Amino acid sequence: MTNGWIDIKNTDMMLIMGGNPAENHPCGFKWPIEAKLNRNAKMIVVDPRLTRTAAIADLYLQIRAGADIAFLGGLINYAIQNNRIAHDYLVNFTNAAFLIKEGFKLPEDGLYSGFDSEKKTYDKATWNYEEGGDLTGKAVAAMAAAGAAAHKAHTSDTGGGQGHQAASRMGAKGSAGTPPPPMLPPKVAYDLSLHHPRCVFQLLKQQYSRYTPEMVERITGIPQDQFLKAADMFTSIRKDGDMKQVATIIYAVGWTQHSFGTQIIRTAAMLQLLLGNVGRAGGGVNALRGHSNIQGATDMAGIFEILPGYLKMPTPADTDFAAYLKRITPTASKPTQWDSFNYWSNTPKFAVSFLKAMYGPAATKQNDWAFHYLPKIDRNYSWVNIWNDMYEGKVKGLFAFGMNGVMIGPDSQKNIDALKKADWLVVCEIYPDETSEFWKAPGISPDEMKKIATTVYRLPGAGFAEKDGTFVNSARWLQWKNVALPPPGQAKVDQEILATIFLKVRGLYQKEGGKFPDPILNLSWAYTDRKNPSLSEVAKEINGKALADITDPKTNQTYKAGQQLPGFAALKDDGTTMSGNWLYCGSWTEAGAMIQRRGTEDPSGLGVYPNWAWSWPMNRRVMYNRASCDLDGKPWDDSRPQVWWDEAKQSWVGNDVPDFKPDSNPKDHMGPFIMNPEGVGRLFVPLGAMADGPFPEYYEPIESPIANPLHPNQNNNPVVKKYKTDMDKYGSVDQGYNVICTTYRLTEHYHYWTKNNPMNVQLVPEPFVEIPVELADKLTVRGGDKIKVTSARSTYIAKAMVTRRIRPMKIDGKDTFQIGIPIHWGFRGIAEDEDKTAKTLANQLTPTVIDPNAFTPEFKGFLVKVEKA
Amino acid sequence: MSDRRTLQIKQISAHPGPIPGEGVQRDLEVCKLVDTTTCIGCKACEVACVEWNDMPFTPTTFDNTYQTMPETAWSFWNLIKFNEHQREDGTIQWLMRKDQCMHCADPGCLRACPADGAIVQYSNGIVDFNQENCIGCEFCVSGCPFNIPKFNPTTKKVYKCTLCSDRVGQGLEPACIKACPTGCLKFGSKDDMKFIAEERAQQLREHFGYANAGVYDPASIGGTHVIYVLHDATRPELYGGLPKDPQIPWSYTVWKWLAKPVLGTLALFGLLGVCLHYVTVGPRKSQPEPPPRKER
Repeated sequence: MTNGWIDIKNTDMMLIMGGNPAENHPCGFKWPIEAKLNRNAKMIVVDPRLTRTAAIADLYLQIRAGADIAFLGGLINYAIQNNRIAHDYLVNFTNAAFLIKEGFKLPEDGLYSGFDSEKKTYDKATWNYEEGGDLTGKAVAAMAAAGAAAHKAHTSDTGGGQGHQAASRMGAKGSAGTPPPPMLPPKVAYDLSLHHPRCVFQLLKQQYSRYTPEMVERITGIPQDQFLKAADMFTSIRKDGDMKQVATIIYAVGWTQHSFGTQIIRTAAMLQLLLGNVGRAGGGVNALRGHSNIQGATDMAGIFEILPGYLKMPTPADTDFAAYLKRITPTASKPTQWDSFNYWSNTPKFAVSFLKAMYGPAATKQNDWAFHYLPKIDRNYSWVNIWNDMYEGKVKGLFAFGMNGVMIGPDSQKNIDALKKADWLVVCEIYPDETSEFWKAPGISPDEMKKIATTVYRLPGAGFAEKDGTFVNSARWLQWKNVALPPPGQAKVDQEILATIFLKVRGLYQKEGGKFPDPILNLSWAYTDRKNPSLSEVAKEINGKALADITDPKTNQTYKAGQQLPGFAALKDDGTTMSGNWLYCGSWTEAGAMIQRRGTEDPSGLGVYPNWAWSWPMNRRVMYNRASCDLDGKPWDDSRPQVWWDEAKQSWVGNDVPDFKPDSNPKDHMGPFIMNPEGVGRLFVPLGAMADGPFPEYYEPIESPIANPLHPNQNNNPVVKKYKTDMDKYGSVDQGYNVICTTYRLTEHYHYWTKNNPMNVQLVPEPFVEIPVELADKLTVRGGDKIKVTSARSTYIAKAMVTRRIRPMKIDGKDTFQIGIPIHWGFRGIAEDEDKTAKTLANQLTPTVIDPNAFTPEFKGFLVKVEKA
Repeated sequence: MSDRRTLQIKQISAHPGPIPGEGVQRDLEVCKLVDTTTCIGCKACEVACVEWNDMPFTPTTFDNTYQTMPETAWSFWNLIKFNEHQREDGTIQWLMRKDQCMHCADPGCLRACPADGAIVQYSNGIVDFNQENCIGCEFCVSGCPFNIPKFNPTTKKVYKCTLCSDRVGQGLEPACIKACPTGCLKFGSKDDMKFIAEERAQQLREHFGYANAGVYDPASIGGTHVIYVLHDATRPELYGGLPKDPQIPWSYTVWKWLAKPVLGTLALFGLLGVCLHYVTVGPRKSQPEPPPRKER
């Protein structure tokens, strides 16, 4: 979240899409309700089903699963056409005025400039800013020539594909002789009048002018009048350019789980920038995290491509630490008379402090701070790839902690078959789950079971109430929790299990040596109880401390060796500080554990609660909050003052911690988006940050019922990856898969755990499939009858819930049905063990296809056929 | 607000003679407010109710709905009713209403109950069942206009929501209120709840386009100690069959207000007749021995 849960109470308008907070985040949902009760805020819900969130919305629209970019693109078009945009914010706080290189081409045929059809990647050289200066008012002369250029495809740039991409995500095999990657120009050409045909705003306008209400209706299935009602309602907060009101956008995995998921979220971010809603109380782009600590897992790099604190993972091309730092440390790129904080320029301090936390005294200047101990990622190791590699026999073993890999899918059968080929599997759980009992999956005969040679080790884990530590919530708060009960029987807390394994492995390396024992032998493990480190010690290590006496040159404050650091501003790149995650620096200082604070005072009434727990970065509750003020540093809305420029103090002050350089006078025009090298919000994403386009374009899901109405010849995301094993099948309407299916969770259950808990089972006892009344009539199925849902991969059997909450839709003129399946049931659980279910898994149906940016599978919006069982 | 004094007994079922302590306290009446327009059907209240009252689990079956079971049960006193309502324009409204004992000011169950002390109404408005006095006749089941009391065939007693009288008596809110994550459930004095409910209904009418929004606190039974805010107060029956004008069956009105006093009076007349007979005729005289039966 850019903002936080409580902050939602400050909003005037909510767009909830790709998420179902009432059902999946019921406790947090009190804040949207507060906004309704106390501010008469309006709520628009757009979802394939009328959910419990939609039930209390002021306007609900049923959308086809996966058509979100078309809807949001339509909103952008509506806002621009009706001039419901935040003009000053747009010009000064976003890259709307920046000029894009000649040769950049919009995807009227479905492809941006630079596409390599063989490799299915883009050469992003033209996705860049033009170098230059102030062109304000000089556009008219350039118009004639450049206008034509912007429309014309520049084939000269698209053919070669030899260009090395700036941040080609993975597998960029560096070799001598490759030209240096294109960089952002330090001085960007710009036109503050926004008239230049190659300025971002004009390109944006042109891109989304195709997303007319008619087009939105054809793609999304939302009738034009309803779409226009929603567009008018949402953009009404910028009627007549008034900046006082604020709108928020709230989403969850209904947006991420698509083969273009990241781009859906980008579209939302662009809409919010256009309306001037980012950085403001009651605004922002707010991801609701689906588990109690998924934010913490992400921050601490539970993903293959990052290190803690979102530092990029080294690749084989990073021949030494300097090369690595050069690649990952951005340099400012901006109009000359503007200022840019470019906070990521501090990357070397974060990286060195991280390596000192990892390897302690073994990380020295002489050995590049032990940079070579870090693994270099030579290819994509994301979720679906791990299972694909295991299926192909490349991955021999798997540790499954706190997740049920078989159930998660996609294409669960492929995961089951992959585990059959593994040598070993370690599962740490609190219940016997489908992963640890994959060899008992339905369809495996006793004979086959005997042939499965995978050794399964089950470790008795502890439940969430049996361990202390922190949860990091959607609002980026680190909150400490205490143990409620000791783990029962032989169950052990995670750190004890992990430490036991680590010390054993290290012992083996010590005794037997190995190919590269250094990273294991030199890993810093200075805990009081090495076999069971206390999590408070780990938390202090993550915060970081001084390793020598250091003095902050700005404040003249000295930190003695061994003292906890007060924040990431104190981190150094000379090895005198260490921090496990720079973003968490400030969470456990010399003043104590900030994450254990329980202060309930909220002097501003804005729901800041500055003394409750601690949020990254540096306890800021709303990120980019400098954008809550106008150019002069005065709040856009003085009834919700977050931060402001204090002329007397020559400093930014406020109710929240300013997310800004505290002494940067507004006259210096420093951009509020300090993590971007431009200092401004990106409507256009330059170079390699996105794999599939600098603006989002609407592509059909991999399995879709129609040809893409925008460009039938480029149906899907052109850079998306399909898998090629015999298991990876993709269906089409021609094969009879003509119903759109989506998957989701229910309030009453938590993933694949609570099917073991009688209370939850009592509330929703059995699996079901939600289908429209009209489809049920066609199939002569009544509520409670068993139905069979079949995709190109597999079959799912459950009782039908016949409902009017999902209506038949017209998609591009075709009558189309959508259905929905809750994901909670498998082949182990109370109902399953009593043989009350068909023991099929929802994710047996879902396709193995992933978003090219975040590598999330397309769990939503695939094709099935439905029959009476 | 709620303390022990509010648990002053006000009425006792089928109890002859004065009610102990009657008229001593007329303290605050309590009330539960259910705002159906902000209820998200999360069932936290259902779980809290089962847990606080230490109820056994009830086996359930899928029944084409999100609703946990068709009606409340002797072991499940708090049930959210889910209803899909098609509006005139074809759009669907998904209504959720937490169903439980309404704690009527004029409780049909209490009127119907023939067992001394099985049902009491406290002066704070809570209507409570005392199972030790229950004779299992189920008159209360038919006396309730909301179909709330449920018979347990094993214990042969009837059970229902107590409005957590055990918690309220200690100054706590009912368990369902404590568990509600959105604040659609509120608890306080009847006056306060009524005020908040009316304000919310006005807000719904003025700002959210629900012209018929209103508060459900039916006068036909003297009001209730559970009140609802409804999007459309003119059609409460859409919310899982909430009766528009709840009535206690006439037979129980007859029982309580007519039959009981009239029959009592008649019984008095009988006694009077006996006395009169004593006065006029005198005490019973010894009867002559019956003649011995003749042997065959």
